[in-house]
Amino acid sequence: MSVPTEPRTAGAVAGNGTAGAGAPAPHGTSATADATGPRQLHLQLWRGDADGGGFVDYEVPALEGEVVLDVVHRIQAEHAPDLAVRWNCKAGKCGSCSAEINGKPRLMCMTRMSTLDTSQTITVSPMRAFPVMRDLVTDVSYNFVVAARIPPFTPGPPEPDGTYRMAQVDVDRGQEMRKCIECFLCQNVCHVIRDHEDNKPHYAGPRFFARLAELEMHPLDTLDRRRLVSEQLGLGLCNITKCCTEVCPEGIHITDNAIIPLKERVVDARYDPVAWLGRKLLRRPRPAPASAVAVDLPVARGAHDPTIDGRSDPAVLGRNGRRSDG
Amino acid sequence: MAELETHEFDVIIVGAGGAGLRAAIEAQATGARTAVVCKSLLGKAHTVMAEGGVAAALGNVWPEDNWQVHFRDTMRGGKMLNNWRMAQLHAQEAPARVLELEAWGALFDRTPDGRILQRDFGGHRYARLAHVGDRTGLELLRTVQQRSVGLGVQVFMECKIVSLVLDGSGAVAGAVGLWRETGKFVLFKARSIVLASGGVGKTWKFTSNSWESTGDGHALALWAGADLIDMECVQFHPTGMVWPPSARGILVTEGVRGDGGVLRNAEGRRFMFDYIPAFYAKETADSIEEADQWYDNKRDFRRPPELLPRDEVARSINAEVKAGRGSPHGGVFLDIASRRSADDIRRRLPSMYHQFKELADVDITADPMEVGPTCHYIMGGVRVDADTQATNVPGLFAAGEVAGGMHGSNRLGGNSLSDLLVFGRRAGQYAAEHALGLSAQPAVDLAGVDAVVADALSFFDHDGGENPYSVHQDLQDTMQSLVGIVRTESELVEADRRLGDLEARAAKVGVEGHRQFNPGWHLALDLRSMLAVARCTTLGAIERKESRGGHTRDDFPAADPDHFGKVNMVTRRADGAVTVHEEPLPQMPPELQALFEEAH
Amino acid sequence: MTVVEESPRQDIPGVPVRIGQARGGPPRSQVLRRDNWRLQPILVAAGLLVFIGYSTWAALRNGDFYAGHLGRDYLSPYYSPCLTHSCTTAGYVWGGWSWWRISPAWLILVFPGAFRTTCYYYRKSYYRSFWLSPPACAVADAGSTNPGGVRSRYTGETLFPLILQNVHRFTWYFAVIFAGILTWDAIAAFRFPNGIGLGVGTLLFVAQAVLIWAYTLGCHACRHLCGGGLKRLSKAPVRHFFWKHVSTPLNHHHQLFAWCSLISIMVTDLYVWLVASGTIHDPRII
Repeated sequence: MSVPTEPRTAGAVAGNGTAGAGAPAPHGTSATADATGPRQLHLQLWRGDADGGGFVDYEVPALEGEVVLDVVHRIQAEHAPDLAVRWNCKAGKCGSCSAEINGKPRLMCMTRMSTLDTSQTITVSPMRAFPVMRDLVTDVSYNFVVAARIPPFTPGPPEPDGTYRMAQVDVDRGQEMRKCIECFLCQNVCHVIRDHEDNKPHYAGPRFFARLAELEMHPLDTLDRRRLVSEQLGLGLCNITKCCTEVCPEGIHITDNAIIPLKERVVDARYDPVAWLGRKLLRRPRPAPASAVAVDLPVARGAHDPTIDGRSDPAVLGRNGRRSDG
Repeated sequence: MAELETHEFDVIIVGAGGAGLRAAIEAQATGARTAVVCKSLLGKAHTVMAEGGVAAALGNVWPEDNWQVHFRDTMRGGKMLNNWRMAQLHAQEAPARVLELEAWGALFDRTPDGRILQRDFGGHRYARLAHVGDRTGLELLRTVQQRSVGLGVQVFMECKIVSLVLDGSGAVAGAVGLWRETGKFVLFKARSIVLASGGVGKTWKFTSNSWESTGDGHALALWAGADLIDMECVQFHPTGMVWPPSARGILVTEGVRGDGGVLRNAEGRRFMFDYIPAFYAKETADSIEEADQWYDNKRDFRRPPELLPRDEVARSINAEVKAGRGSPHGGVFLDIASRRSADDIRRRLPSMYHQFKELADVDITADPMEVGPTCHYIMGGVRVDADTQATNVPGLFAAGEVAGGMHGSNRLGGNSLSDLLVFGRRAGQYAAEHALGLSAQPAVDLAGVDAVVADALSFFDHDGGENPYSVHQDLQDTMQSLVGIVRTESELVEADRRLGDLEARAAKVGVEGHRQFNPGWHLALDLRSMLAVARCTTLGAIERKESRGGHTRDDFPAADPDHFGKVNMVTRRADGAVTVHEEPLPQMPPELQALFEEAH
Repeated sequence: MTVVEESPRQDIPGVPVRIGQARGGPPRSQVLRRDNWRLQPILVAAGLLVFIGYSTWAALRNGDFYAGHLGRDYLSPYYSPCLTHSCTTAGYVWGGWSWWRISPAWLILVFPGAFRTTCYYYRKSYYRSFWLSPPACAVADAGSTNPGGVRSRYTGETLFPLILQNVHRFTWYFAVIFAGILTWDAIAAFRFPNGIGLGVGTLLFVAQAVLIWAYTLGCHACRHLCGGGLKRLSKAPVRHFFWKHVSTPLNHHHQLFAWCSLISIMVTDLYVWLVASGTIHDPRII
């Protein structure tokens, strides 16, 4: 026989963003598993939107071999059909189900319950660096805006037969960066924007430093994005505290293999008199310096359209390529 | 009704997977005002799940390879049910599409002389799959994503198309979308619409597909009056994970077998040698000794039976499990640990290593994997013109998995990614040309749009209605048990009856909460698509009284080349009811037919 | 209440995102991590403080840093190269600056000190442990949850003095010279009054030289200079070899070598002091 599994609403879904913080753990008979019934899992899921919310407690029986996303899905199917959670592949390949599990940025689909201490309540909260849309779903459009600013891959001419040649050793480094599934956990954990909202306009973040490093290391690319990355995309804001590398579910060495090599390339371009002198004396041809793509925002979202969500805001920039700050 | 958010474009593309984005690139480059509408975030599409590679006769590893061989492999793999013209275009154009990706920044694995490396895959005569480790789909999607962003294609993310809008003449005029975040509706006025919405896997219980694969495009086309063909041809990938339960269905790439992995039953026997069909006997090794030598000397030895086309392998695994020789969790063993060094495995199959380690706590360099068939792909789909990808609804195009015909009754591994590129491009090009050829934007009947919106909102009025999740679960159980890998008449008829019940239940499900990002509501809407697709598949399966490729009938175990081998099963909606009938396959010209008569 | 602000730095065109709007979610000051995230910054801070404390004492000591008078050619790394003393047996013929009044260690420590201060690994460790920016992943920066406070704005390494971190590469050039000097000291440590020998101290000097090289050649700047900066490694086989087989594998363990080399410097100095002051006798092995 199993114990009842109604959600126990400990923290009210209301308030100003602080409600539910430290809500009491569920109590009663369910905390100790019935000898014959399945063990109970206690979860606190964040419910709410950008204007506020709180943790809500749920209890579901433990099943074998589950990941956090399975448990969230069961809560959704059995207790809270309107619980918002973003997910796609459930195999760690698409990077949709990013969240913070017990305060650590993780993919829900790649966090097995058996790796967590299930004798305690498990908290699942939305990524903190981005505005909450609803419950565990955040508005990650910042990332798509940054992506659009990066000058695209620009190859040189192909071989006479119309194809390109690249050695495996020359593509290895780029391939590591291209493993990125764009879960944006690195962007989320990066304190430069997580803790300092005002840096967002001029900071690309680890995911896009990895992209830029990949382009700078691409054997066919002909653009020079070093000044751009330093002057407009905020590479200098990164203080290499390596949290991006720690949270990367793909195990990409973002700091060591992307950000620091980029920083060293910026030193080449901006801070190295020896390299400068060498270029002057040897008159090496230099790649064309790239400037940021004029922002013609390709990402349109209903949420950001003041005409439909009522949050009329004339100063929002860049919507559909219009700069409406004038 | 309050004023609806409205956007006007020349071409609207439904779906941001490989086919959708490739179509968008082409349409934008052709000069059409183009937008992509997708249910998820940009870059999350199911294309990322493709692992093994993209098939293209580049001839980098085997100079003997050419489009004719690729064409023949594709047709034979599809058991000759393919649209020959699509298979021909696909084989001819795939190499150019792959090379184009490289010019857009893709980083494929390399040969020693710096060309694109190609790997072996089931059903392909030569090593033909351009790949990046075992994450080729991600590479492909990221490349077209970055390309389309660079071109300034507009993307409307997390927006589900609820219905197409036709003008008075029955031609495409636009589409009604639902913003998942806000729960508000949006009208896209368009001259052409390209469906690139992918597959239907979520109709089955054990599937490699993501939540998005609910058959939206198939259903939109059906409701708009387009024909669907061969919907009974569903591919069950032979190797999906079977344990733990929550990971059941997740794909294990065919690359494991291409790189040396073998299938064993509980007795340790390489059972695939017992299931070599006569059709492939000539090119398949019949002893373990010969099969093992093939990995190092592909010229002088025949390929191991583990690399037979997917339908053959899936059926064989199914038969072994039914005979009681399965693994503890109802699959068979896929063993690469005993055949390749741990370093080799980690280097060549990094994401498989990762996937098993993270999800099943199995180290594939030390232990065998447990695998079993999982619903993977639908070969059937919207009937299109081979050259233009146009459907029989003016202005409506389809490309990728949602389009039918290209793969016949069974798809070869690696042909899906090349299909996306070849026909995505064609769809984009012809959709743009169609749009630019119209003198005016087609008229949209706003009253009809209001009706669509009101209908979609009706779920909120069903107080105390059934939970959509339980209807979905029952649908999946029905399809899994009655319309699975092996089918019989009585079970299919029973499935058809149950689908009627499920349709009635789905119409009455209730939705809790409000309109903002409400997954219950989204599922209620998706259920309609899934039920429409399930009905088409079931009807087609009842009518096709033979076994062919992805469609296996217990009561008709042999292929019927004289009758069913010559027809498509066409499903169509007329007067509110879905009907199925046979139509003859397009006839292959003699010069292509000759390719199948040559000895090889 | 939404505050929309373009880039606060008006000279730089910003990303057009809405900023300053309510984010929702748990308050940022609330730490949801359950593990003992304080432990690592505390341990690192303790380790660095021990090193700084010891080094200060060692530098102020200005004595007992050379054991040549006891038949052991051991020179403390804090005092190498030998500048003010007559370490003639160690071959430092240019030494003997009798006019230099304060401890020569201050002069010497500037170079490895600058190298380690600007090292990418040490930067991570002290930004986390001392500046608490951030103290641990997913834990808020110190001061960032106090709007308007002195630390509410964060400029990273973009302004003076932290922009000087970009000189790391130049400090590496000096670090290579110092690694050479310490290698010389390790060779000298084999020299005994009656020929070649091996004492316990010799082993410490060899270990120190090896660890210093492992740290110096695994430096991120070194990795960039030796090959990482190239687009096509395949076109430069020698640099590629060095990058792939020396610098990159060492770089992978940069943190380990940073600590091991740091400890070995302290241990070597301590041992030399004990021997030179006559506190212990250096046992000869061979």
